[in-house]
Amino acid sequence: MKHNLILRVIAKYLFPVIALFAFYVQFHGDYGPGGGFQAGVILSVAFIFYALVFGLDTAEQVLPHNVLRILASTGVVIYAGTGVVTMFMGGNFLDYDLLALNPVEGQHIGMMLIELGVGITVSAIMLMIFFAFAGREKS
Amino acid sequence: MATVLIDTLIDITLLAFLAITAVAIIRMRNLFVIIMLFSIFSLHSAGLFVVMDAADVAFTEAAVGAGISTVLMLGTLALTKNHEEKNPSHRARLPLLVVLITGAALVYGTYDIPSFGDPLSPAQQHVKPRYIERSMEETGVANTVTAVLASYRGYDTLGEVVVIFTTGIGVMLLIGERLTRRNKREDDG
Repeated sequence: MKHNLILRVIAKYLFPVIALFAFYVQFHGDYGPGGGFQAGVILSVAFIFYALVFGLDTAEQVLPHNVLRILASTGVVIYAGTGVVTMFMGGNFLDYDLLALNPVEGQHIGMMLIELGVGITVSAIMLMIFFAFAGREKS
Repeated sequence: MATVLIDTLIDITLLAFLAITAVAIIRMRNLFVIIMLFSIFSLHSAGLFVVMDAADVAFTEAAVGAGISTVLMLGTLALTKNHEEKNPSHRARLPLLVVLITGAALVYGTYDIPSFGDPLSPAQQHVKPRYIERSMEETGVANTVTAVLASYRGYDTLGEVVVIFTTGIGVMLLIGERLTRRNKREDDG
């Protein structure tokens, strides 16, 4: 699809819109439907769309395997790390109340952090799986 | 009353489409068409979830079922044949019998299930009233689903993230990087 002008132009315009929607879903999940998981999937869809139009190699230059691998584990570390931090602050694992002076505020920070972790891991893993399947030559 | 009627109509339409798509998936032999029909099936289920006011689930179904799994299955299809093997020559009498008996048992089982949205059903009685009443003051999050997923059931969500992470590692180990890199080297050479 490398020579398809219309697709290339549309893809350039749609990529930021899809990514922006992903971030909206990520950070608006407290009020509307959605959250880290859905946001991660939508963000990875933006990159998959990019890869489909501009070719796998171009997409892999944007997001190399090493970066994806680090991102995938970073998400889990952020999630579990939030739990460990609350343990060090004298509470239970994932006891967000202690993250701020006010329990409700602490809950808010905690949820934001773990949703971020979920989003990062999900989008990185989805992209890794896509690259793994699409990068394989037909034998 | 009118809204109930419209809801019922939408339910019937979506379920009919769901059934038609399922039958079409069984009868088709072209795998590309089947993948597209799977995507449509997911979209219809997402619509049904919206009718049942489960916006978060519908969102996930639309993004994952209709979106990304279609792309992944198409990626897999590119590695294999486009067509299923020819119809098996033998008649599938025994499997048909098993399927019919299981289906009848499941339908019989639905008579014991409380009706949709029944406030007295066990699922609505246990912790749900507490979540609905207290989640706003305890977590300050307007979307109760997010409050349950991220705060009350944080352990479960951590488990889910680790499952996804493990899936990624599994795919990497099985068909991942080594092959891509080898292919690239072949392209260069």
